[in-house]
Amino acid sequence: MSELKLNPYFGQYGGMFVPQLLVPALKQLEQAYVDALEDPAFHTEFQQLLTEYAGRPTPLTLCRNISPNPLVKIYLKREDLLHGGAHKTNQVLGQALLTKRMGKKEVIAETGAGQHGVATALACALLGLKCRIYMGAKDIERQQPNVFRMKLMGATVIPVTSGSGTLKDAVNEAMRDWSATYDNTHYMLGTAAGPHPFPTIVRDFQKMIGEEAKQQILTAEGKLPDAVIACVGGGSNAIGMFADFITEEGVKLIGVEPGGKGIDTHQHGAALSTGSYGILHGAYTAIMQTSDGQIEESYSISAGLDYPAVGPQHTYLQQTGRAEYVAINDDEALAAFQQLAKSEGIIPALESSHALAYALKLATQATVPTVLLVNLSGRGDKDLAHVHSVLAGGTL
Amino acid sequence: MKRYQQMFNRLNSEGRGAFVPFVTIGDPTPALSFEIIKTLIDAGADALELGIAFSDPIADGPTIQGANIRALAAGATPAISFDIIAKIRQYHATIPIGLLLYSNLVMARGIDDFYAKAAAAGVDSVLIADVPLHESKLFRQSAVKHDIAPIFIVPPNVEDDDLREIASYGRGYTYLLSRAGVTGAETVAAMPTSELIARIRSYNPAPPLLGFGISTPAHVKDAIHSGAAGAISGSAIVKLIEQHQSEPAILLAQLKQFVSNMKAAT
Repeated sequence: MSELKLNPYFGQYGGMFVPQLLVPALKQLEQAYVDALEDPAFHTEFQQLLTEYAGRPTPLTLCRNISPNPLVKIYLKREDLLHGGAHKTNQVLGQALLTKRMGKKEVIAETGAGQHGVATALACALLGLKCRIYMGAKDIERQQPNVFRMKLMGATVIPVTSGSGTLKDAVNEAMRDWSATYDNTHYMLGTAAGPHPFPTIVRDFQKMIGEEAKQQILTAEGKLPDAVIACVGGGSNAIGMFADFITEEGVKLIGVEPGGKGIDTHQHGAALSTGSYGILHGAYTAIMQTSDGQIEESYSISAGLDYPAVGPQHTYLQQTGRAEYVAINDDEALAAFQQLAKSEGIIPALESSHALAYALKLATQATVPTVLLVNLSGRGDKDLAHVHSVLAGGTL
Repeated sequence: MKRYQQMFNRLNSEGRGAFVPFVTIGDPTPALSFEIIKTLIDAGADALELGIAFSDPIADGPTIQGANIRALAAGATPAISFDIIAKIRQYHATIPIGLLLYSNLVMARGIDDFYAKAAAAGVDSVLIADVPLHESKLFRQSAVKHDIAPIFIVPPNVEDDDLREIASYGRGYTYLLSRAGVTGAETVAAMPTSELIARIRSYNPAPPLLGFGISTPAHVKDAIHSGAAGAISGSAIVKLIEQHQSEPAILLAQLKQFVSNMKAAT
């Protein structure tokens, strides 16, 4: 086989565990990415789309009221203000440009909360690509507004009923589709997980989050934050936020996984907290599995974090000790969701509420002046109906 | 893995190709699955290709996904699957038995542990659907150590460099994909040109068996005619199991008929 251009591994994690049939399509994507990096026209166009269409840079907001401790400042990186409502828009614009460079006309994508689906739909509408989006039937039910958004922008939404009807099953269906259609179709994977080169490409197309935030906080504080905190499902907003801080040893990196009903209940999505490793969706990484190696169904109040694996670079960052991964339960996330709305007038996505909830926990414990940087990866409009029903006494 | 060689020698002397049926072990239940596999052998299967049920079979279409779901629901596990294979091996000493499964099942208790158990059960080959050639090193080394043939897939878009490696690492047989996509009889096999098979054969890999979308005796005949050493049929068989799962007598009779018709076309 012709050699890969980039390292497919992060330490021992990652790789390209896919059917042989898909290897040429992944190599083609890797080549297109490597070529694009060397092409100034690509950078210009990507940058232009980010600023003129998506609304970058996003602001950094110092919370006025929510911090429970006068010693602690909490800054929010406002990816919720990005066009599309979440950080997902960043990387789909990059991948859509790669799709065109490869001469492909169609796009498939999977979506959990619907944010990646919405982002894919808008990028495809903008750049004249035809798209179909796989979404778990259970997620379609709990994320109706996003389903409608995707359809308005011309996407076909395909319900997935196999398995648990969530993100994992949507990825399975997207990969099955792609194995028959790769000649003219790009698989626009939505997170920094899956087979090489996706974890690398998605991280690189999200790393402006951390690069901007670093400059912004240096301007505001004259120094780097004590900790950077982001939620982790597949891990794209977190790796985008962490990437530029990895070499800043004084900055703690904290990923927050969905603890669901508690990590001792089996009803959670905290793959890194379980300490079990295996292969799912093309990568060797932390996964939720039985002792036989069957993949377990994850659970979270937040559809975007409801995934039983995590991107391989996070597994590596955990193993090397550079980043720390913790879990926040549904009820803690839900409390933070309401608290941010009440005290700052910002309704966060349930996903991002996990990161905020952990920041509030840390803030309570602080005994010295502390600056926390939280990635507010998305806004909560999509969650309103779901949270409303939960607060009205429905089930999570 | 010498059982494959013996099989191909026998078929060569008969001037015929191989017919290899696939089922998922434990579908629809472990007990009935054993009877099903016995029936496949009695009806004339030259070798067996058996799946171990997995929760996320990304290379499989709806039919074989259904088989995985039924088997898991009926309690099939890798350990139970190995028990069934060992019983099949007792029932028939010489038929080649191949496993087709996903990497996470192989990794779960350690790669070497898996191949040791497979060898002890009487398995001759292992094909891992989601391990391509360039990720296969640890798997193929452990396979060979336990005298199990590592099987590699040759897709229609195969590169020459890959063919060279497949010829050097593969044993037993070579799994030739008839078309892109996932398993299933919905999309029929596209017969490879005799030029493609000749190009593959020029690298001297283990004999190529054609799979994906093989559901009629005509497909088997065409596969052998274009130069394959035989054909593998899965979804068409699994469909019969799906249709008749609650009437075992009818199911076994239909399977017997199906396999003998397919074998007759070799």
